[in-house]
Amino acid sequence: MTKTALLALGCPEFPVQTSTAIYLAYKLQKHGITPVFAGNKSALLLVKVADPERHYYDGKMMNLDITIGALSTGKIDFDFCFVFVHSDSGIAYLASIHALSKGKMVAIVFGKCAEELTEQCKNICEHVLAEPVIHNPMPLKEQIDGVSTWLHV
Amino acid sequence: MAPCVEELDYEILLARTTFAECSKLIQKRCREIYFVAPGYKIFNIYLIGIPPLPIGIEGDHILIAYIKPCHGAFTLKIPGGGEIERIRKELKK
Repeated sequence: MTKTALLALGCPEFPVQTSTAIYLAYKLQKHGITPVFAGNKSALLLVKVADPERHYYDGKMMNLDITIGALSTGKIDFDFCFVFVHSDSGIAYLASIHALSKGKMVAIVFGKCAEELTEQCKNICEHVLAEPVIHNPMPLKEQIDGVSTWLHV
Repeated sequence: MAPCVEELDYEILLARTTFAECSKLIQKRCREIYFVAPGYKIFNIYLIGIPPLPIGIEGDHILIAYIKPCHGAFTLKIPGGGEIERIRKELKK
């Protein structure tokens, strides 16, 4: 059965999120893992509009609150959960998804408060990819490239 | 359809802050408090936050922390209706 990965998006106020999420989805697909995007309407539309022919993602899109509901009732679960974190709200979603999913958790931390948030993420989940970036996706891209070393472990 | 807090007649006690601040306010204001895990459903909302999540009862109202991805955490005071009795039955130790 095909493995699935949740990509839980935060508020899309920082440009680096959408680009990184699309790149991560592309890399996951290369590893035979189906990405499922979850976010608010704007976060999902930014992905959808940037990739109209679905070259880089071929998975589903779900409203973030509906995803939380489906996880809490056991209707869905994922093999991996990547949660994008750049604020206290992101930490709240990370902690909630960690409590509800049996999947391997990964926090992707970025933005102005990355350092402080990274410490909080480390208290919640094992894998934390963190860079204090807002516009430049390259540092996070490099970290995502390294994910393939433990993705199938 | 996504669960929507806008369908509720809520009062905002604290806005655009952290989950920890909202949790602190609920625990400070309410004598009757129940703690639940993330994903607990109250009204039509699945609660989000760093566990344990407080649900406070103040008179005939319920206090919860509500998280919005773009706007932070809010403490909401919502008319309890039948939810107060349901919570008491479900969560009473």
